[in-house]
Amino acid sequence: MYGNDFSAPDGASDEAPGSGLLGEVEAAEAELRAAAARGRRGSPSPDEDLAAYFAEVVDAEQKIEPRDWMPDAYRRTLIRQIAQHAHSEIIGMQPEGNWISRAPSLKRKAILLAKVQDEAGHGLYLYAAAETLGISRDELVQLLLDGRQKYSSIFNYPTLSWADVGAIGWLVDGAAIVNQVPLCRCSYGPYARAMIRVCKEESFHQRQGYEILHTLAHGTPGQQAMAQDAVDRWWYPSLAMFGPPDGDSTHSGQSMAWKIKRFSNDDLRQRFVDMCVQQAEILGLRIPDPDLRWNEERQAYDYTQPDYDELMRVISGDGPCNRERIAHRRAAHADGAWVREAAAAYAAKRAEQREKVAA
Amino acid sequence: MNGPFDFTLGLGDDALIAAQRLAEWTTRAPEMEEDVALANIALDQLGAARLLLSYAGELEGAGRDEDALAYLRDDREFRNALLVELPNGDFAVTMAKLFFLAAYQLPLYAALAGCADERLAAIGAKARKESAYHLDHGALWVKRLGDGTEESHRRMQAAVDQVWPYTHELFAADPTAPVDPATLRPAFDETVGAVLAEATLTLPGSGWAPAGGRTGVHTEHLAFLLAEMQVLHRAHPGAHW
Repeated sequence: MYGNDFSAPDGASDEAPGSGLLGEVEAAEAELRAAAARGRRGSPSPDEDLAAYFAEVVDAEQKIEPRDWMPDAYRRTLIRQIAQHAHSEIIGMQPEGNWISRAPSLKRKAILLAKVQDEAGHGLYLYAAAETLGISRDELVQLLLDGRQKYSSIFNYPTLSWADVGAIGWLVDGAAIVNQVPLCRCSYGPYARAMIRVCKEESFHQRQGYEILHTLAHGTPGQQAMAQDAVDRWWYPSLAMFGPPDGDSTHSGQSMAWKIKRFSNDDLRQRFVDMCVQQAEILGLRIPDPDLRWNEERQAYDYTQPDYDELMRVISGDGPCNRERIAHRRAAHADGAWVREAAAAYAAKRAEQREKVAA
Repeated sequence: MNGPFDFTLGLGDDALIAAQRLAEWTTRAPEMEEDVALANIALDQLGAARLLLSYAGELEGAGRDEDALAYLRDDREFRNALLVELPNGDFAVTMAKLFFLAAYQLPLYAALAGCADERLAAIGAKARKESAYHLDHGALWVKRLGDGTEESHRRMQAAVDQVWPYTHELFAADPTAPVDPATLRPAFDETVGAVLAEATLTLPGSGWAPAGGRTGVHTEHLAFLLAEMQVLHRAHPGAHW
Protein backbone atom coordinates (compact mmCIF):
# COMPACT_ATOMS: atom_id res chain seq x y z
CA MET A 1 0.00 0.00 0.00
CA TYR A 2 1.18 3.44 -0.75
CA GLY A 3 -0.05 6.96 -0.92
CA ASN A 4 1.16 10.21 -2.34
CA ASP A 5 1.08 12.13 0.86
CA PHE A 6 4.69 12.70 1.80
CA SER A 7 5.04 15.54 -0.64
CA ALA A 8 7.10 13.25 -2.79
CA PRO A 9 6.60 12.96 -6.48
CA ASP A 10 4.32 10.27 -7.48
CA GLY A 11 1.85 8.87 -9.84
CA ALA A 12 -1.62 9.46 -10.54
CA SER A 13 -4.90 8.36 -11.65
CA ASP A 14 -6.95 5.59 -12.72
CA GLU A 15 -10.30 4.17 -12.85
CA ALA A 16 -12.72 2.10 -10.88
CA PRO A 17 -11.60 -0.91 -8.91
CA GLY A 18 -11.86 -4.42 -10.08
CA SER A 19 -11.88 -4.94 -13.78
CA GLY A 20 -11.17 -1.32 -14.74
CA LEU A 21 -8.02 -0.99 -12.68
CA LEU A 22 -6.74 -4.40 -13.58
CA GLY A 23 -7.42 -3.58 -17.21
CA GLU A 24 -5.19 -0.55 -16.85
CA VAL A 25 -2.45 -2.65 -15.33
CA GLU A 26 -2.68 -5.12 -18.16
CA ALA A 27 -2.61 -2.31 -20.70
CA ALA A 28 0.54 -0.96 -19.08
CA GLU A 29 2.07 -4.40 -19.23
CA ALA A 30 1.22 -4.71 -22.92
CA GLU A 31 2.69 -1.26 -23.53
CA LEU A 32 5.87 -2.30 -21.76
CA ARG A 33 6.20 -5.35 -23.96
CA ALA A 34 5.45 -3.35 -27.10
CA ALA A 35 8.08 -0.77 -26.18
CA ALA A 36 10.59 -3.53 -25.58
CA ALA A 37 9.73 -5.09 -28.95
CA ARG A 38 10.11 -1.76 -30.74
CA GLY A 39 13.49 -1.44 -29.16
CA ARG A 40 15.21 1.79 -28.41
CA ARG A 41 17.36 3.61 -30.88
CA GLY A 42 20.87 2.22 -30.38
CA SER A 43 23.17 3.42 -27.62
CA PRO A 44 24.22 7.04 -27.64
CA SER A 45 27.33 7.69 -29.69
CA PRO A 46 30.46 8.68 -27.73
CA ASP A 47 30.15 12.40 -28.51
CA GLU A 48 26.36 12.55 -28.11
CA ASP A 49 24.73 14.70 -25.45
CA LEU A 50 23.59 12.18 -22.81
CA ALA A 51 20.89 14.44 -21.47
CA ALA A 52 19.38 14.76 -24.92
CA TYR A 53 19.50 11.02 -25.38
CA PHE A 54 17.77 10.51 -22.01
CA ALA A 55 15.04 12.99 -22.96
CA GLU A 56 14.56 11.26 -26.27
CA VAL A 57 14.09 7.86 -24.63
CA VAL A 58 11.58 9.25 -22.15
CA ASP A 59 9.67 11.14 -24.85
CA ALA A 60 9.45 8.00 -26.96
CA GLU A 61 7.78 6.18 -24.01
CA GLN A 62 10.73 3.86 -23.78
CA LYS A 63 12.10 2.76 -20.43
CA ILE A 64 15.19 4.02 -18.69
CA GLU A 65 17.19 1.06 -17.39
CA PRO A 66 19.67 0.86 -14.48
CA ARG A 67 22.83 1.16 -16.59
CA ASP A 68 21.59 4.14 -18.59
CA TRP A 69 22.83 7.61 -17.92
CA MET A 70 20.22 9.63 -16.04
CA PRO A 71 20.13 13.07 -14.45
CA ASP A 72 21.19 13.01 -10.79
CA ALA A 73 17.92 14.59 -9.74
CA TYR A 74 15.96 11.88 -11.60
CA ARG A 75 17.94 9.23 -9.76
CA ARG A 76 17.46 10.93 -6.39
CA THR A 77 13.75 11.42 -6.98
CA LEU A 78 13.28 7.78 -7.86
CA ILE A 79 15.33 6.51 -4.94
CA ARG A 80 13.28 8.59 -2.56
CA GLN A 81 9.98 7.62 -4.10
CA ILE A 82 10.67 3.90 -4.42
CA ALA A 83 12.16 3.78 -0.92
CA GLN A 84 9.15 5.57 0.54
CA HIS A 85 6.95 3.10 -1.22
CA ALA A 86 8.96 0.17 0.15
CA HIS A 87 8.92 1.63 3.67
CA SER A 88 5.16 2.07 3.38
CA GLU A 89 4.73 -1.61 2.61
CA ILE A 90 6.83 -2.62 5.58
CA ILE A 91 5.29 -0.19 8.09
CA GLY A 92 1.86 -0.89 6.59
CA MET A 93 2.11 -4.48 7.82
CA GLN A 94 1.66 -3.25 11.39
CA PRO A 95 -1.89 -1.88 11.49
CA GLU A 96 -3.30 -4.96 9.79
CA GLY A 97 -0.94 -7.36 11.51
CA ASN A 98 -2.58 -6.08 14.67
CA TRP A 99 -5.67 -8.21 13.88
CA ILE A 100 -4.13 -11.49 12.71
CA SER A 101 -4.25 -13.06 16.16
CA ARG A 102 -7.89 -12.05 16.67
CA ALA A 103 -9.30 -12.64 13.19
CA PRO A 104 -12.86 -13.88 13.73
CA SER A 105 -12.72 -17.00 11.55
CA LEU A 106 -9.92 -19.28 10.41
CA LYS A 107 -10.60 -18.39 6.80
CA ARG A 108 -10.27 -14.66 7.52
CA LYS A 109 -7.15 -15.33 9.56
CA ALA A 110 -5.55 -17.13 6.61
CA ILE A 111 -6.51 -14.38 4.16
CA LEU A 112 -5.19 -11.63 6.41
CA LEU A 113 -1.96 -13.43 7.17
CA ALA A 114 -1.39 -13.98 3.45
CA LYS A 115 -2.13 -10.33 2.76
CA VAL A 116 0.33 -9.04 5.32
CA GLN A 117 2.87 -11.48 3.94
CA ASP A 118 2.26 -10.08 0.45
CA GLU A 119 3.12 -6.65 1.80
CA ALA A 120 6.44 -7.90 3.11
CA GLY A 121 7.02 -9.34 -0.36
CA HIS A 122 6.17 -6.00 -1.99
CA GLY A 123 8.59 -4.28 0.36
CA LEU A 124 11.38 -6.65 -0.60
CA TYR A 125 10.60 -6.30 -4.28
CA LEU A 126 10.60 -2.51 -4.10
CA TYR A 127 13.84 -2.33 -2.09
CA ALA A 128 15.36 -4.46 -4.83
CA ALA A 129 14.09 -1.98 -7.45
CA ALA A 130 15.61 0.89 -5.46
CA GLU A 131 18.92 -0.98 -5.28
CA THR A 132 19.17 -0.86 -9.07
CA LEU A 133 19.72 2.88 -8.62
CA GLY A 134 22.89 2.35 -6.64
CA ILE A 135 21.85 2.36 -2.99
CA SER A 136 21.65 -0.61 -0.64
CA ARG A 137 18.63 -1.88 1.23
CA ASP A 138 20.52 -1.57 4.51
CA GLU A 139 21.11 2.12 3.87
CA LEU A 140 17.46 2.67 3.04
CA VAL A 141 16.25 0.80 6.10
CA GLN A 142 18.57 2.89 8.22
CA LEU A 143 17.09 6.08 6.72
CA LEU A 144 13.64 4.83 7.70
CA LEU A 145 14.70 3.94 11.23
CA ASP A 146 16.42 7.30 11.65
CA GLY A 147 13.26 9.09 10.52
CA ARG A 148 15.07 10.59 7.52
CA GLN A 149 12.79 8.97 4.97
CA LYS A 150 9.04 8.80 5.27
CA TYR A 151 6.32 6.26 4.72
CA SER A 152 2.69 6.83 3.88
CA SER A 153 1.06 8.70 6.77
CA ILE A 154 -2.08 6.59 6.59
CA PHE A 155 -0.32 3.90 8.63
CA ASN A 156 -0.08 6.26 11.58
CA TYR A 157 -3.75 5.70 12.28
CA PRO A 158 -4.78 2.86 14.60
CA THR A 159 -6.82 -0.23 13.69
CA LEU A 160 -9.38 -0.28 16.47
CA SER A 161 -11.76 -2.97 15.28
CA TRP A 162 -11.92 -5.87 12.87
CA ALA A 163 -13.87 -3.65 10.47
CA ASP A 164 -10.76 -1.49 10.14
CA VAL A 165 -9.14 -4.39 8.33
CA GLY A 166 -11.99 -4.21 5.83
CA ALA A 167 -11.81 -0.42 5.60
CA ILE A 168 -8.08 -0.53 4.96
CA GLY A 169 -8.60 -3.01 2.18
CA TRP A 170 -11.42 -1.12 0.56
CA LEU A 171 -10.32 2.51 1.06
CA VAL A 172 -6.59 2.48 1.72
CA ASP A 173 -5.73 -0.21 -0.80
CA GLY A 174 -8.24 1.36 -3.15
CA ALA A 175 -6.51 4.74 -2.89
CA ALA A 176 -3.12 3.06 -3.21
CA ILE A 177 -4.18 1.37 -6.42
CA VAL A 178 -5.51 4.59 -7.90
CA ASN A 179 -2.12 6.09 -7.10
CA GLN A 180 -0.09 3.17 -8.33
CA VAL A 181 -1.71 2.09 -11.55
CA PRO A 182 -0.18 5.03 -13.47
CA LEU A 183 3.20 4.08 -12.01
CA CYS A 184 3.00 0.91 -14.06
CA ARG A 185 3.87 3.27 -16.94
CA CYS A 186 6.68 5.05 -15.09
CA SER A 187 9.68 5.88 -17.27
CA TYR A 188 12.04 3.91 -15.02
CA GLY A 189 11.81 0.26 -16.14
CA PRO A 190 12.45 -1.61 -12.87
CA TYR A 191 9.89 0.51 -11.01
CA ALA A 192 7.28 0.14 -13.74
CA ARG A 193 7.72 -3.62 -13.77
CA ALA A 194 7.57 -3.84 -9.97
CA MET A 195 4.37 -1.81 -9.96
CA ILE A 196 2.67 -4.11 -12.45
CA ARG A 197 3.19 -7.02 -10.13
CA VAL A 198 2.30 -5.07 -6.99
CA CYS A 199 -0.89 -3.64 -8.51
CA LYS A 200 -2.21 -7.05 -9.45
CA GLU A 201 -1.90 -8.23 -5.87
CA GLU A 202 -3.22 -4.98 -4.41
CA SER A 203 -6.37 -5.23 -6.45
CA PHE A 204 -6.93 -8.67 -4.96
CA HIS A 205 -6.45 -7.18 -1.48
CA GLN A 206 -8.91 -4.44 -2.18
CA ARG A 207 -11.54 -6.94 -3.17
CA GLN A 208 -10.95 -8.86 0.07
CA GLY A 209 -11.38 -5.71 2.14
CA TYR A 210 -14.55 -4.87 0.29
CA GLU A 211 -15.82 -8.36 0.98
CA ILE A 212 -15.09 -8.04 4.72
CA LEU A 213 -17.09 -4.80 4.85
CA HIS A 214 -19.88 -6.25 2.78
CA THR A 215 -20.24 -9.18 5.16
CA LEU A 216 -20.22 -6.87 8.19
CA ALA A 217 -22.63 -4.38 6.64
CA HIS A 218 -25.08 -7.22 6.03
CA GLY A 219 -24.53 -8.82 9.42
CA THR A 220 -25.74 -8.17 12.95
CA PRO A 221 -26.46 -4.61 14.17
CA GLY A 222 -23.17 -4.78 16.08
CA GLN A 223 -21.27 -5.71 12.95
CA GLN A 224 -22.99 -2.99 10.92
CA ALA A 225 -22.07 -0.38 13.51
CA MET A 226 -18.49 -1.60 13.48
CA ALA A 227 -18.32 -1.29 9.69
CA GLN A 228 -19.79 2.22 9.62
CA ASP A 229 -17.49 3.38 12.40
CA ALA A 230 -14.48 2.15 10.46
CA VAL A 231 -15.53 3.95 7.28
CA ASP A 232 -16.19 7.10 9.31
CA ARG A 233 -12.64 7.03 10.65
CA TRP A 234 -10.79 5.96 7.48
CA TRP A 235 -12.54 8.06 4.83
CA TYR A 236 -10.73 11.38 5.25
CA PRO A 237 -7.29 9.92 5.96
CA SER A 238 -7.72 7.90 2.75
CA LEU A 239 -8.50 11.07 0.78
CA ALA A 240 -5.38 12.62 2.28
CA MET A 241 -3.29 9.78 0.84
CA PHE A 242 -3.31 11.61 -2.50
CA GLY A 243 -1.24 14.33 -0.94
CA PRO A 244 -1.67 18.07 -0.67
CA PRO A 245 -3.87 19.92 -3.17
CA ASP A 246 -2.23 20.63 -6.51
CA GLY A 247 -1.51 24.24 -5.65
CA ASP A 248 0.66 23.16 -2.70
CA SER A 249 2.31 20.12 -4.20
CA THR A 250 6.06 20.34 -4.64
CA HIS A 251 8.04 18.23 -7.12
CA SER A 252 5.02 17.53 -9.29
CA GLY A 253 5.98 19.47 -12.41
CA GLN A 254 9.41 17.93 -12.82
CA SER A 255 8.13 14.43 -12.08
CA MET A 256 5.46 14.85 -14.73
CA ALA A 257 8.06 15.91 -17.27
CA TRP A 258 10.14 12.85 -16.44
CA LYS A 259 7.07 10.64 -16.74
CA ILE A 260 7.46 9.40 -13.20
CA LYS A 261 4.19 11.05 -12.31
CA ARG A 262 1.37 11.26 -14.80
CA PHE A 263 -1.65 12.77 -13.06
CA SER A 264 -2.10 15.45 -10.44
CA ASN A 265 -2.99 14.73 -6.80
CA ASP A 266 -6.40 16.33 -7.16
CA ASP A 267 -7.22 14.42 -10.33
CA LEU A 268 -6.45 11.20 -8.55
CA ARG A 269 -8.41 12.13 -5.47
CA GLN A 270 -11.43 12.96 -7.61
CA ARG A 271 -11.19 9.65 -9.38
CA PHE A 272 -11.04 7.84 -6.08
CA VAL A 273 -14.10 9.64 -4.72
CA ASP A 274 -16.11 8.92 -7.84
CA MET A 275 -15.18 5.28 -7.62
CA CYS A 276 -16.07 4.95 -3.93
CA VAL A 277 -19.50 6.55 -3.99
CA GLN A 278 -20.99 3.81 -6.07
CA GLN A 279 -19.28 1.08 -4.09
CA ALA A 280 -20.45 2.54 -0.78
CA GLU A 281 -24.02 2.33 -2.06
CA ILE A 282 -23.64 -1.35 -2.81
CA LEU A 283 -22.05 -1.90 0.58
CA GLY A 284 -24.88 -0.09 2.27
CA LEU A 285 -22.43 2.15 4.13
CA ARG A 286 -22.48 5.92 4.39
CA ILE A 287 -19.55 8.07 3.31
CA PRO A 288 -19.20 10.61 6.15
CA ASP A 289 -19.49 13.72 3.98
CA PRO A 290 -22.75 15.70 4.13
CA ASP A 291 -21.68 17.73 1.09
CA LEU A 292 -21.04 14.78 -1.16
CA ARG A 293 -23.19 15.22 -4.27
CA TRP A 294 -23.12 14.70 -8.01
CA ASN A 295 -22.10 17.71 -10.04
CA GLU A 296 -23.75 17.47 -13.43
CA GLU A 297 -21.57 20.15 -14.94
CA ARG A 298 -18.27 18.60 -13.89
CA GLN A 299 -19.56 15.07 -14.32
CA ALA A 300 -17.98 14.25 -10.99
CA TYR A 301 -18.84 14.29 -7.31
CA ASP A 302 -18.35 17.40 -5.21
CA TYR A 303 -16.85 16.41 -1.90
CA THR A 304 -15.32 17.84 1.26
CA GLN A 305 -11.55 18.05 1.24
CA PRO A 306 -9.65 16.21 3.95
CA ASP A 307 -8.07 18.25 6.73
CA TYR A 308 -4.68 19.08 5.23
CA ASP A 309 -3.46 20.61 8.47
CA GLU A 310 -4.02 17.24 10.08
CA LEU A 311 -2.15 15.59 7.20
CA MET A 312 0.80 17.91 7.75
CA ARG A 313 0.80 17.17 11.48
CA VAL A 314 0.80 13.43 10.83
CA ILE A 315 3.54 13.74 8.20
CA SER A 316 5.66 15.75 10.61
CA GLY A 317 5.40 13.01 13.23
CA ASP A 318 2.42 13.86 15.40
CA GLY A 319 -0.15 11.35 14.22
CA PRO A 320 -1.76 8.92 16.67
CA CYS A 321 0.70 6.09 15.99
CA ASN A 322 3.86 7.59 14.43
CA ARG A 323 5.97 6.95 17.49
CA GLU A 324 4.62 3.45 17.99
CA ARG A 325 5.14 2.39 14.37
CA ILE A 326 8.77 3.46 14.26
CA ALA A 327 9.48 2.15 17.75
CA HIS A 328 8.09 -1.22 16.68
CA ARG A 329 10.27 -1.30 13.56
CA ARG A 330 13.36 -0.25 15.50
CA ALA A 331 12.72 -2.88 18.16
CA ALA A 332 12.34 -5.64 15.57
CA HIS A 333 15.55 -4.50 13.89
CA ALA A 334 17.48 -4.29 17.17
CA ASP A 335 16.12 -7.58 18.54
CA GLY A 336 17.13 -9.33 15.32
CA ALA A 337 20.71 -8.04 15.27
CA TRP A 338 22.20 -11.06 17.02
CA VAL A 339 20.37 -13.37 14.58
CA ARG A 340 21.70 -11.54 11.53
CA GLU A 341 25.19 -11.55 13.01
CA ALA A 342 24.93 -15.29 13.62
CA ALA A 343 23.80 -15.92 10.04
CA ALA A 344 26.74 -13.90 8.72
CA ALA A 345 29.22 -15.69 11.00
CA TYR A 346 27.85 -19.08 9.99
CA ALA A 347 28.06 -18.23 6.30
CA ALA A 348 31.64 -17.04 6.73
CA LYS A 349 32.63 -20.27 8.49
CA ARG A 350 31.07 -22.32 5.71
CA ALA A 351 32.85 -20.33 3.03
CA GLU A 352 36.14 -20.85 4.86
CA GLN A 353 35.53 -24.59 5.07
CA ARG A 354 34.77 -24.75 1.37
CA GLU A 355 37.99 -22.93 0.59
CA LYS A 356 39.96 -25.36 2.72
CA VAL A 357 38.38 -28.30 0.95
CA ALA A 358 39.12 -26.74 -2.42
CA ALA A 359 42.75 -26.07 -1.40
CA MET B 1 -6.43 -40.92 23.20
CA ASN B 2 -9.67 -42.28 21.99
CA GLY B 3 -10.22 -43.19 18.38
CA PRO B 4 -9.84 -41.15 15.22
CA PHE B 5 -11.77 -38.10 16.50
CA ASP B 6 -9.41 -37.41 19.40
CA PHE B 7 -6.41 -38.20 17.25
CA THR B 8 -7.50 -35.87 14.46
CA LEU B 9 -8.45 -33.15 16.91
CA GLY B 10 -5.04 -33.38 18.57
CA LEU B 11 -3.22 -32.96 15.27
CA GLY B 12 -5.53 -30.13 14.23
CA ASP B 13 -4.95 -28.34 17.53
CA ASP B 14 -1.18 -28.79 17.21
CA ALA B 15 -1.30 -27.12 13.82
CA LEU B 16 -3.69 -24.36 14.88
CA ILE B 17 -1.79 -23.33 17.99
CA ALA B 18 1.53 -23.52 16.15
CA ALA B 19 0.08 -21.23 13.46
CA GLN B 20 -1.16 -18.77 16.06
CA ARG B 21 2.24 -18.59 17.73
CA LEU B 22 4.18 -18.30 14.45
CA ALA B 23 1.88 -15.55 13.24
CA GLU B 24 2.80 -13.54 16.33
CA TRP B 25 6.17 -12.99 14.65
CA THR B 26 4.62 -11.04 11.79
CA THR B 27 6.34 -7.61 11.56
CA ARG B 28 8.83 -8.71 14.26
CA ALA B 29 11.19 -11.11 12.47
CA PRO B 30 14.96 -10.49 12.45
CA GLU B 31 14.99 -10.10 8.66
CA MET B 32 12.30 -9.20 6.15
CA GLU B 33 12.87 -12.48 4.34
CA GLU B 34 12.25 -14.27 7.62
CA ASP B 35 9.00 -12.40 8.09
CA VAL B 36 7.87 -13.89 4.79
CA ALA B 37 9.15 -17.36 5.68
CA LEU B 38 7.51 -17.48 9.10
CA ALA B 39 4.22 -16.28 7.64
CA ASN B 40 4.52 -19.03 5.04
CA ILE B 41 4.97 -21.69 7.67
CA ALA B 42 2.16 -20.24 9.77
CA LEU B 43 -0.09 -20.37 6.70
CA ASP B 44 0.83 -24.01 6.08
CA GLN B 45 0.03 -24.90 9.68
CA LEU B 46 -3.21 -22.97 9.53
CA GLY B 47 -4.17 -24.72 6.30
CA ALA B 48 -3.51 -28.13 7.83
CA ALA B 49 -5.42 -27.11 10.96
CA ARG B 50 -8.47 -26.18 8.94
CA LEU B 51 -8.50 -29.50 7.10
CA LEU B 52 -7.95 -31.50 10.27
CA LEU B 53 -10.49 -29.61 12.39
CA SER B 54 -13.11 -29.78 9.66
CA TYR B 55 -12.61 -33.52 9.43
CA ALA B 56 -12.62 -33.88 13.21
CA GLY B 57 -15.96 -32.11 13.26
CA GLU B 58 -17.32 -34.58 10.73
CA LEU B 59 -16.00 -37.54 12.69
CA GLU B 60 -17.64 -36.21 15.82
CA GLY B 61 -20.96 -35.80 14.01
CA ALA B 62 -22.22 -33.09 16.35
CA GLY B 63 -22.39 -30.34 13.73
CA ARG B 64 -19.25 -28.49 14.78
CA ASP B 65 -17.24 -26.94 11.94
CA GLU B 66 -13.65 -25.68 11.99
CA ASP B 67 -14.64 -22.35 13.55
CA ALA B 68 -16.83 -23.91 16.24
CA LEU B 69 -13.90 -26.10 17.21
CA ALA B 70 -11.33 -23.30 17.06
CA TYR B 71 -13.30 -20.52 18.69
CA LEU B 72 -15.84 -22.08 21.01
CA ARG B 73 -13.81 -24.56 23.04
CA ASP B 74 -12.08 -23.68 26.30
CA ASP B 75 -8.49 -24.60 27.05
CA ARG B 76 -9.46 -27.81 28.85
CA GLU B 77 -11.03 -29.04 25.61
CA PHE B 78 -7.95 -28.39 23.48
CA ARG B 79 -5.85 -31.45 22.67
CA ASN B 80 -2.62 -29.93 21.35
CA ALA B 81 0.74 -30.94 22.76
CA LEU B 82 2.22 -28.45 25.21
CA LEU B 83 5.18 -27.79 22.91
CA VAL B 84 3.21 -25.64 20.47
CA GLU B 85 1.57 -23.42 23.10
CA LEU B 86 4.84 -22.38 24.74
CA PRO B 87 5.49 -18.67 24.25
CA ASN B 88 7.71 -17.72 21.31
CA GLY B 89 10.58 -16.50 23.47
CA ASP B 90 13.49 -15.20 21.43
CA PHE B 91 14.15 -16.31 17.86
CA ALA B 92 16.20 -19.27 19.12
CA VAL B 93 13.29 -20.60 21.20
CA THR B 94 10.96 -20.23 18.23
CA MET B 95 13.39 -22.09 15.99
CA ALA B 96 13.82 -24.86 18.57
CA LYS B 97 10.03 -25.24 18.72
CA LEU B 98 9.72 -25.18 14.94
CA PHE B 99 12.54 -27.64 14.40
CA PHE B 100 11.27 -30.19 16.93
CA LEU B 101 7.69 -29.83 15.72
CA ALA B 102 8.66 -30.32 12.09
CA ALA B 103 10.93 -33.27 12.92
CA TYR B 104 7.83 -34.89 14.45
CA GLN B 105 5.25 -33.75 11.90
CA LEU B 106 7.22 -34.90 8.86
CA PRO B 107 7.30 -38.63 9.75
CA LEU B 108 3.80 -38.30 11.19
CA TYR B 109 2.27 -36.90 8.01
CA ALA B 110 4.32 -39.31 5.90
CA ALA B 111 2.88 -42.25 7.87
CA LEU B 112 -0.57 -40.70 7.72
CA ALA B 113 -0.33 -40.51 3.94
CA GLY B 114 -0.26 -44.31 3.90
CA CYS B 115 -2.94 -44.95 6.51
CA ALA B 116 -6.29 -46.63 5.89
CA ASP B 117 -8.40 -43.52 6.48
CA GLU B 118 -8.59 -41.85 3.06
CA ARG B 119 -9.26 -38.35 4.35
CA LEU B 120 -6.36 -38.45 6.77
CA ALA B 121 -4.18 -39.96 4.07
CA ALA B 122 -4.97 -37.07 1.73
CA ILE B 123 -4.22 -34.50 4.42
CA GLY B 124 -0.98 -36.29 5.28
CA ALA B 125 0.09 -36.38 1.63
CA LYS B 126 -0.39 -32.63 1.30
CA ALA B 127 1.07 -31.66 4.66
CA ARG B 128 4.20 -33.82 4.46
CA LYS B 129 5.58 -31.69 1.62
CA GLU B 130 5.06 -28.58 3.68
CA SER B 131 6.61 -30.19 6.75
CA ALA B 132 9.71 -31.05 4.75
CA TYR B 133 10.19 -27.34 4.08
CA HIS B 134 9.51 -26.43 7.73
CA LEU B 135 12.12 -28.95 8.79
CA ASP B 136 14.69 -27.60 6.34
CA HIS B 137 14.04 -24.09 7.50
CA GLY B 138 14.12 -24.90 11.21
CA ALA B 139 17.22 -27.09 10.87
CA LEU B 140 19.09 -24.42 8.92
CA TRP B 141 18.46 -21.84 11.63
CA VAL B 142 19.35 -24.26 14.43
CA LYS B 143 22.68 -24.81 12.66
CA ARG B 144 23.24 -21.13 11.92
CA LEU B 145 22.52 -20.10 15.48
CA GLY B 146 24.25 -23.06 17.09
CA ASP B 147 27.39 -22.62 15.02
CA GLY B 148 27.17 -18.85 14.49
CA THR B 149 28.48 -16.48 17.15
CA GLU B 150 29.16 -17.11 20.83
CA GLU B 151 25.99 -15.22 21.68
CA SER B 152 23.82 -17.15 19.25
CA HIS B 153 25.30 -20.46 20.42
CA ARG B 154 24.49 -19.60 24.01
CA ARG B 155 20.92 -18.66 23.11
CA MET B 156 20.35 -21.69 20.87
CA GLN B 157 21.64 -24.10 23.50
CA ALA B 158 19.42 -22.46 26.13
CA ALA B 159 16.46 -22.79 23.75
CA VAL B 160 17.13 -26.49 23.18
CA ASP B 161 17.44 -27.04 26.93
CA GLN B 162 14.17 -25.23 27.53
CA VAL B 163 12.09 -26.83 24.77
CA TRP B 164 13.45 -30.37 24.58
CA PRO B 165 11.53 -31.76 27.59
CA TYR B 166 8.27 -30.91 25.82
CA THR B 167 9.07 -33.16 22.86
CA HIS B 168 8.50 -36.41 24.77
CA GLU B 169 4.77 -35.86 24.95
CA LEU B 170 4.58 -35.98 21.16
CA PHE B 171 5.47 -39.67 21.18
CA ALA B 172 3.16 -41.05 23.86
CA ALA B 173 2.07 -44.49 22.68
CA ASP B 174 -1.44 -44.84 21.27
CA PRO B 175 -1.69 -48.23 19.54
CA THR B 176 -5.30 -47.63 18.46
CA ALA B 177 -4.61 -44.37 16.61
CA PRO B 178 -4.40 -44.31 12.80
CA VAL B 179 -0.66 -43.71 13.34
CA ASP B 180 0.82 -44.67 16.70
CA PRO B 181 2.99 -41.68 17.69
CA ALA B 182 5.44 -44.01 19.49
CA THR B 183 6.48 -45.42 16.12
CA LEU B 184 7.71 -41.98 14.98
CA ARG B 185 10.33 -41.62 17.66
CA PRO B 186 13.30 -43.31 15.87
CA ALA B 187 12.99 -41.04 12.80
CA PHE B 188 12.69 -38.00 15.06
CA ASP B 189 15.71 -38.95 17.14
CA GLU B 190 17.79 -39.51 14.05
CA THR B 191 16.92 -36.12 12.53
CA VAL B 192 17.45 -34.26 15.78
CA GLY B 193 20.72 -36.02 16.56
CA ALA B 194 22.25 -35.22 13.18
CA VAL B 195 21.23 -31.56 13.15
CA LEU B 196 22.24 -30.83 16.73
CA ALA B 197 25.63 -32.44 16.20
CA GLU B 198 26.27 -30.26 13.17
CA ALA B 199 25.05 -27.26 15.14
CA THR B 200 27.54 -28.04 17.95
CA LEU B 201 24.61 -28.34 20.37
CA THR B 202 23.82 -31.00 22.96
CA LEU B 203 20.61 -32.44 24.38
CA PRO B 204 19.94 -31.84 28.06
CA GLY B 205 20.33 -34.84 30.33
CA SER B 206 17.21 -34.24 32.38
CA GLY B 207 14.48 -36.85 32.26
CA TRP B 208 11.72 -34.31 32.91
CA ALA B 209 8.89 -34.95 30.46
CA PRO B 210 5.96 -32.59 30.99
CA ALA B 211 2.69 -33.78 29.42
CA GLY B 212 -1.04 -33.31 29.65
CA GLY B 213 -1.90 -31.53 26.42
CA ARG B 214 -3.53 -34.59 24.86
CA THR B 215 -5.92 -34.85 27.81
CA GLY B 216 -6.58 -31.11 28.04
CA VAL B 217 -4.37 -30.24 30.99
CA HIS B 218 -2.25 -27.43 29.57
CA THR B 219 0.34 -24.90 30.64
CA GLU B 220 -0.82 -21.55 31.95
CA HIS B 221 -0.01 -20.05 28.57
CA LEU B 222 -2.77 -21.62 26.49
CA ALA B 223 -5.70 -19.82 28.13
CA PHE B 224 -4.14 -16.45 27.31
CA LEU B 225 -3.52 -17.48 23.71
CA LEU B 226 -7.14 -18.60 23.37
CA ALA B 227 -8.50 -15.50 25.08
CA GLU B 228 -6.87 -13.40 22.39
CA MET B 229 -7.68 -15.70 19.50
CA GLN B 230 -11.33 -16.15 20.44
CA VAL B 231 -12.26 -12.72 21.80
CA LEU B 232 -13.87 -11.23 18.72
CA HIS B 233 -15.64 -14.37 17.56
CA ARG B 234 -17.16 -14.88 21.00
CA ALA B 235 -18.20 -11.23 21.36
CA HIS B 236 -20.67 -11.65 18.48
CA PRO B 237 -22.46 -14.97 19.04
CA GLY B 238 -23.87 -16.47 15.88
CA ALA B 239 -22.44 -13.79 13.58
CA HIS B 240 -20.98 -14.62 10.17
CA TRP B 241 -17.63 -13.17 9.14
